[in-house]
Amino acid sequence: MAGARATRARGPQAVPLTFVNAAAVEITGLVKRFGSVTAVDGLDLKMPRGEILALLGPNGAGKTTTVEICEGFRTPDAGTVRVLGLDPARGGAALRPRVGVMPQGGGAYPGVHAEEMLRLVAACAADPLDPAWLLDVLGLGGARRTPFKRLSGGQQQRLSLACALVGKPELVFLDEPTAGMDPQARRLVWELLGALRTDGVSVLLTTHLMEEAEALADDVVIVDDGTVIAQGSPSALTAEHAEDAQLRFRARPGLDTRLLAAALPEGYVVRESSPGSYRVIGHVDPQVVSTVTSWCAQQGVLAEELHVGRRDLEEVFLELTGRELRT
Amino acid sequence: MTTSRFAPGTFTPAPGRGRLGRMLAAHARVETALTLRHGEQILLTLLIPLALLLGLSLLDVLPAGEFADMPRVDWITPRILALAVLSSAFTGQAIALGFDRRYGVLKRLAATALPRWLLVAGRLVAALVVVTLQVLILGGVAALLGWSPSAAGIAFGVAALVLGTLCFGALGVLLGGALKAEAVLALANIVWFVLLLAGGILMVPSALPDAYATVVALLPSGALAEGLHAALVDGTFSAGSCAVLAVWTALAAAVATRTTKLT
Repeated sequence: MAGARATRARGPQAVPLTFVNAAAVEITGLVKRFGSVTAVDGLDLKMPRGEILALLGPNGAGKTTTVEICEGFRTPDAGTVRVLGLDPARGGAALRPRVGVMPQGGGAYPGVHAEEMLRLVAACAADPLDPAWLLDVLGLGGARRTPFKRLSGGQQQRLSLACALVGKPELVFLDEPTAGMDPQARRLVWELLGALRTDGVSVLLTTHLMEEAEALADDVVIVDDGTVIAQGSPSALTAEHAEDAQLRFRARPGLDTRLLAAALPEGYVVRESSPGSYRVIGHVDPQVVSTVTSWCAQQGVLAEELHVGRRDLEEVFLELTGRELRT
Repeated sequence: MTTSRFAPGTFTPAPGRGRLGRMLAAHARVETALTLRHGEQILLTLLIPLALLLGLSLLDVLPAGEFADMPRVDWITPRILALAVLSSAFTGQAIALGFDRRYGVLKRLAATALPRWLLVAGRLVAALVVVTLQVLILGGVAALLGWSPSAAGIAFGVAALVLGTLCFGALGVLLGGALKAEAVLALANIVWFVLLLAGGILMVPSALPDAYATVVALLPSGALAEGLHAALVDGTFSAGSCAVLAVWTALAAAVATRTTKLT
């Protein structure tokens, strides 16, 4: 342990004091073009140390490009990026030991054994976590000698997450960390991210899962067309965009929402947001609840899981980024 | 309770770069293990050179004039060793690198504290380990066939093998780091075949027309084969061959540092 402590003491001392309290990530006016396509278009973002920030946005919004610029894999066309106070394009050698990266879609030799890969990444750090322990807690203890290409998608993701964390970084970038994971693995990862925050690690993650952002993030940044369109804590975002309350219920899919809307007073909107999941948006009072349930009774269906409340992050997100599928 | 799984302080940041020697050893170990585990690599690096060694030593297929007064195995073994280096350090290396880039391995490793030069150094050390194994196996089989290399030239032979491995390794990184995986696969195999037949490995410059012979002697394959022949047959150090290999190494390394891409 004495050795570990000595190494630990060496790390921070090598960092100029002015950088110690710099923001985890600070981006100003970031622009990145690929040919005629502007992937990132004047993006600003400030992420304090020790928090979990979720970058949300539709596919092609510029999330991965932004993260890759922070990781030093791409250089910006304009704007400034500071990660832990350093420019990732120039200060990569000083920055990389302090940052953990989980790229989208893994990144490992097809034939490498899970444990071999993690031990290789661990060898690059001064005072790494115990790779065998990390594999165990991530549920990969039985797959130590399994070649990467034979791991399931969720197992590959967990190994990739292990590689991002094994070096005890100050800041981790996780690009869609729970993509392809089953619900148990996802819960485990959420728990792990909670432990990271407790221990003062800063986490920037991209995700498509509103539930994930709502459950984990201190701050949510919604990106579309390469720029930030909304940001704040999940509760602030849902409050800010919740002039109207809403009523949610579940019933059999395919109810005629126009008929229900016609049964309600003027101005109410009814949507089937996913098959069998309905939302009535507008001022919800006891009369409205009564109208909805009696309309359902007339249709011969039972309205289940009836819930009156503010809109959730998914509603806010769809409101801001549009409901159409992007092509 | 779920909180017990991660004791507080487990992830408290303790960043820092690993020791260089440890990083190099870890990287080279993984690269070596992957090469030895890969069936096609073994075919290319060991089985084909072994088949050629046995075939050309035992069968009377080469024109007798080339090795008038020596056992065939003495003449063929240095050339098979040159082929072994070409196969593993260049062709196998280039293909592996091309596909490692495709699978995001380079990006994964480049995101760690591993310095960029170490990404290449680890692969070259692995290539040296693999060449050592090739030389031990091929040399052992050749010895069983009656190979008796010049004792005086063994050290020169080792020097030529090390230099040849670095040279072809640098060329392999140059090719594997620049093009798409499929293009690397095709080109690395074509180059292997052309250098084997027309690049001075199986055909000796002295048996070729003058102008062509000059070109072949300046190729890394021709230089390595001649350097090994001089060392292991004549027991002499071929400064010319080593100079040619050194120039190719420097050129390949200089270009590769500009052209190698992570993905």
